[in-house]
Amino acid sequence: MIRTARARRDGSVRLVGRVFAWAIPVLVYAFLWIPILVLVVFSFNDSPSVTAWRGFTLDWYRNIFENTVSVSGPATNFQTELLLRSLRNSLIVGGISTVIATAIGTMFALAVDRGRFPGKKLWNSLFYLPVVIPDITLGVALAVFFRIVFNAVDAATGVRLVSGFGTIVIAHVAFNISYVAIVVRSRLATMNRSLEEAAFDLGANRWQAFLRITLPNLMPGILAGGLLAFTLSLDDFVVTFFTAGVGTTTLPLFVYGMLKQRVPPEINAVSTLMIVASIVLVGVSLLLQGRQGRRRAGLSTQE
Amino acid sequence: MALPGMGWLFIFFLLPVLFVIGASFFSRGVGGVPTPPLTFDHYERTFDVFGGIIWRSLGYALISTFVCLLIGYPVAWFIAQRRSPGARMLLLFLVLLPFWTNFLVRTYALITILQREGLLNGILLRMGITSEPLQMMFTEGAVILGLIYGYLPFMILPIYASVERLDKRYVEAAFDLGANDWRTFWRVIFPLTLPGVIAGSMLVFIPTIGAFVTPDLMGGTRGLMIGNLIQSQFGGRGNMPLGSAISVVLLLIVFIGVIVYSRYGEERR
Repeated sequence: MIRTARARRDGSVRLVGRVFAWAIPVLVYAFLWIPILVLVVFSFNDSPSVTAWRGFTLDWYRNIFENTVSVSGPATNFQTELLLRSLRNSLIVGGISTVIATAIGTMFALAVDRGRFPGKKLWNSLFYLPVVIPDITLGVALAVFFRIVFNAVDAATGVRLVSGFGTIVIAHVAFNISYVAIVVRSRLATMNRSLEEAAFDLGANRWQAFLRITLPNLMPGILAGGLLAFTLSLDDFVVTFFTAGVGTTTLPLFVYGMLKQRVPPEINAVSTLMIVASIVLVGVSLLLQGRQGRRRAGLSTQE
Repeated sequence: MALPGMGWLFIFFLLPVLFVIGASFFSRGVGGVPTPPLTFDHYERTFDVFGGIIWRSLGYALISTFVCLLIGYPVAWFIAQRRSPGARMLLLFLVLLPFWTNFLVRTYALITILQREGLLNGILLRMGITSEPLQMMFTEGAVILGLIYGYLPFMILPIYASVERLDKRYVEAAFDLGANDWRTFWRVIFPLTLPGVIAGSMLVFIPTIGAFVTPDLMGGTRGLMIGNLIQSQFGGRGNMPLGSAISVVLLLIVFIGVIVYSRYGEERR
């Protein structure tokens, strides 16, 4: 009884609270999504402007892939060739750095979870740093490092090293190891140890138990970590910006170039394609995790 | 097993950071490369010439963090209050998805709304609210809005995690003991979700203080931040030791944030 009386007294406060409780989330979701939706919708606009809708067209997409002068819109000289080359560069860098980072990151996660080595606690927290610090600090540090090391090598041996694919891959591996290690460790933390122990009891040696039990169980975590690493590598602009050389333009560097110079009208279409690509990547990784979750649920009902 | 990871992290992360600290005490040589003798000049210049921009960056980062907290907490609360797990998943997904699209693309998306020939000006002009397009881009407000837009999900997710873990019985107990909504929130709910609040605040503050893309694309000359200062010292006519000194100042600010985060922030699971 006391509660209902007080509830009535607080009624007006509660109403205001409820309006706020709905209004702020609605406004925030609108804030997050309207710019992206506008970008996508206006990539089909029959005019380069984003102020008003003038009708549907696929011209901008056609320009990207065919590099022709569009009939209805203004003349364009969209650099299709450079776009494709930078996409290819991004895929190469992403592929190589993902493989290296996934291997090294998984090994580190296993070592932290299972092994004992000096300074384990310190190293474990050091591994979180590349995830937390702003990307510009890693980019600048590597820029200084490569410049000094390359100068020293030049002075000592006369060999002139330059920034390029090698430096970008090294930089991407440097931040991706941490992400992979974190994802794989969270998988290890939820893994059932009794299966491994059973394998040992049944006479398997350490290597056999690892290959037949641990690794297959860990696979969803490794794949999720690898996919995350690949996405981060494809998306990275700042670190790449500081470690790239001449002729190694990646897709984000290309987009940045477009935004900094005269923005071509095809930019909305390029952006839309990149948004679609990232939705597909996120979808795949969610599917992977979903299956992982279901399998875990299946395991627990068997126990 | 741990050696390759430790080696990579040491050579390509810790050592380069030490190089930056070292380079900041050397003089500027040919092509901007550090050379002896040792000097403190770059730090003096950093504080004398660029002190204003450093303070301004701190201001931008703090304002963005505070606004993110102010609007992010209600959103996290809203998501956690949904009864069906499917609705919670969907709402979280809708927060995360913009966050997964490329940062440059997202920033550009915001620019299409705010620019002189953008959607917002188009609507305002057609409705007759303004007769001239408003200058919204290349202002301090644009930079702060861009930072909030870019990093808001970092605030929502940790707060959501701590709200979801909140034991509802404490809230009921507070009501039963006669506390009103306001009092219950500040005396019970907020303290219990404080780790999420601190984690979210640091996860927004740290990247925004080191932001480069947002002020570069949205700030023009009026909205420069530390990141732009650092970048301008690298490349063609740059001054690597000076850039390193500014980076060390940024690293120190970031370091404080990281300490707060790991001390008081949400426990990592």
